[in-house]
Amino acid sequence: METLGFLVDGFGVALQPHNLMFALMGAFLGTLIGALPGLGPANGVAILIPLAFTLGLAPETAMIMLTSVYAGAMYGGRISSILLNIPGDEPAMMTCLDGYPMAMKGKAAEALAISAVASFIGSLVATVGLILLAPLLADFALTFGPAEYFALFMLAFATLGGITGKNPMKTVVAACIGLMIATVGIDSTGTQRYTFNVLELYEGVDFIIAIVGLFAISELMFFIEDRAGGGKEKIAVNKLSLSWKDIRDILPTSLRGGVLGFVAGVLPGAGASLGSFISYTLEKRVLGSKGRFGEGDPRGVAAPEAGNNGASSGALVPMLTLGVPGSGTTAVLLALLISLNITPGPLMFTQNADIVWGVIAALLIGNFLLLLLNIPLVGIFVKLLSVPPMYLLPIVTMVAFVGIYSISNTTFDLYFMVAFGVFGYVLRKLEIPLVPIILGLLLGPEMEKNLRHALEISDGDWMVLWDSGLAIGLWVVAGLGLILPYIVGPVLRRRMKAGDAQSD
Amino acid sequence: MSMKRIFQKHLSMKTPLTLMTAAALTLSATVTQAYEPEGKVECLAPADPGGGWDFTCRSVGKVLEDLDLVPRSVQTINMAGAGGGVAFAHTVSKRAGDDQLLVAASTATTTRLAQGQFPGMNADMVNWIGALGADYGVIAVAEDSEYDDLPELMDAVREDPRSVKFAGGSAKGGWDHLKVLIAAQKAGIENLPRIPYLSYNNGGEAMTQVVGGHVDAFTGDITEAQGFMESGDLRVLAVLSEERLPGKFSDIPTAREQGIDAIGPNWRGFYMPADISDDAKQYWLDAMDTVYESEEWKQVMTQNGLMPFHMSADKFENFVHSQIQSIEDLSKDIGLIK
Repeated sequence: METLGFLVDGFGVALQPHNLMFALMGAFLGTLIGALPGLGPANGVAILIPLAFTLGLAPETAMIMLTSVYAGAMYGGRISSILLNIPGDEPAMMTCLDGYPMAMKGKAAEALAISAVASFIGSLVATVGLILLAPLLADFALTFGPAEYFALFMLAFATLGGITGKNPMKTVVAACIGLMIATVGIDSTGTQRYTFNVLELYEGVDFIIAIVGLFAISELMFFIEDRAGGGKEKIAVNKLSLSWKDIRDILPTSLRGGVLGFVAGVLPGAGASLGSFISYTLEKRVLGSKGRFGEGDPRGVAAPEAGNNGASSGALVPMLTLGVPGSGTTAVLLALLISLNITPGPLMFTQNADIVWGVIAALLIGNFLLLLLNIPLVGIFVKLLSVPPMYLLPIVTMVAFVGIYSISNTTFDLYFMVAFGVFGYVLRKLEIPLVPIILGLLLGPEMEKNLRHALEISDGDWMVLWDSGLAIGLWVVAGLGLILPYIVGPVLRRRMKAGDAQSD
Repeated sequence: MSMKRIFQKHLSMKTPLTLMTAAALTLSATVTQAYEPEGKVECLAPADPGGGWDFTCRSVGKVLEDLDLVPRSVQTINMAGAGGGVAFAHTVSKRAGDDQLLVAASTATTTRLAQGQFPGMNADMVNWIGALGADYGVIAVAEDSEYDDLPELMDAVREDPRSVKFAGGSAKGGWDHLKVLIAAQKAGIENLPRIPYLSYNNGGEAMTQVVGGHVDAFTGDITEAQGFMESGDLRVLAVLSEERLPGKFSDIPTAREQGIDAIGPNWRGFYMPADISDDAKQYWLDAMDTVYESEEWKQVMTQNGLMPFHMSADKFENFVHSQIQSIEDLSKDIGLIK
């Protein structure tokens, strides 16, 4: 029941007028970012981190705003899936399958509303899961010694590509690049590594700068390259006619989707895409011939949306309790936490209780805000979808420059950010994923430190790394994570393609 | 910017100090007092917002404003990098003669200077103004630990230096590590480099590992340990202060009263750029004394667990130099530097 008390305090934080305002702003921007094809939630949060620094927000406010962005992006992804048959982000891919056919039948408004309700339910279920599970896991985290942490980081890397990852080799390359960048700086014994006597490099590469450069600046370069000044043509949406019965029909589907999504989200590396995928396929199996999946069945819209929103809250569990992100976006959120001088982990639940519980309460409140934004006001986003990027991207660039400059007030950081932008552009051209780089950069130093500590404690005996049951368990899961994509991945991808083909 | 400051800024690079002071005096003939800050005063925090240096700047800045020691506001500027090295280099190379700039410093600054981690720079390149409080070091163990007091722990280390593993929030050779070594040295232990020290990102992480039973002992500052101390998970064996600390900490024995004469204050204070006029320096020295005596500052200290510790002028300058010297000696002893 202690949890309940903390949660009430959390509401106290989240309901403060300015926090509420930033939650609303985050939810709005997040939905917009999610709706714009190409800009995924990780990019979205990365682009808006500088905004938090520019505005000089307090840690809890910054976290509340960006968690709302995160939740909002998950909502927003469905808009372009349904209207344009282009997923706004990867997890919204499955929503195309039944969402677009519904829109084709002139039921776009219903599809949007149903998916918003499903997103709401999925997110709600998972947030409750987060509230129940996180404190338990936080206590459990005390049993993690250096060896267990090392195994856990290995697990995070092993499952990084995700089960649906396209090219596991490129993921490994990306993770290695991240780990290599992470070695720059003075290490914990005072040895200088790759600092070339440049004072600015002594503390290593600031990952906020790397993230903003890799994601936001490279996005801008893609825009310049495309010269795609024009927006999409205006899309008309029919008038909404939704009855309670329609909502009742999707209720069981949404609840199942939320639970499944949550579980998928908690598993490191799996993330929201898997959440939406398994809830869709399971729903299809459960309903069998009773459903008309692929032809515009409302439950086919509800399942993946509940799944991906559930997964997004689930992915916060390992991030908050162990400091190991469950997905790309939570990796970016983790970077923000660290740069705010807050160390995720069991201690955060007591030492920074206001932040953790403020964020969790904000997730709950944000959900209601998002439901409001996404049903009555969905027209605004539909309109914004046709705003030419030539107006949006300069704003993004300005925010990125001002924000990064305001962190340390040095132009060195700006050059560095631009360099990372160019680097990110090249990598994206080579189709090397960026998220593993960030994960390598974030987790590299931690992994090295824990290995060092484990060996120090054991006086150099490597056996210490698999000396406890917990460590062995983690190693086994890591091994599975490494092998499974080769076995299950092709099968899953084939099915996804088959699903896609059906809907075309 | 006044004429005086422009003049000083341009002269300060090449002109000898005496000539510059003379010039400043002639120019400031119209001013009734010898020196008073004009316009904006800057406080440089050599780290990102949220840390100790940032706190030093913001809290002292606030008190300076409240006491009307500055004409307008004190603006805190964060300049992170190289554990304070970037800010130190900036102060030395770009701000010489700027008498409206305070830079936050602590034991971390002297530690890095002592270990040569600010290449090509030393403590003589800036003006050490004063210290306004300190956070004292503690050595603590988990609540169910077999060690009851500091001598017992040190006996175990003496018998087998590898038997007790210490965890702290600073890097190897950093202040938390050094506190263990200072205590061990004072306890007459010789094989200092053999004592294992595990460095964590901050005190909290280190304590979690100690409370979780993965590491034997914690070394850190008393304010960090407060939370776990109150929850009963952590037992503080000794505080490294000259006398027992006031208030709720008065139950904790000092290392000294247990026969191990180790003192480890993590002071918080300021330095200023070189080549500032004597009048300006005197003004800021007095300002530091005024701040330290004020009710406002006493309140800040109690709220944030800062303990009494005050030095200014020559006394502080000497203290900084002797601290650097002893850290340098110790670092050489354990082979961290050559």
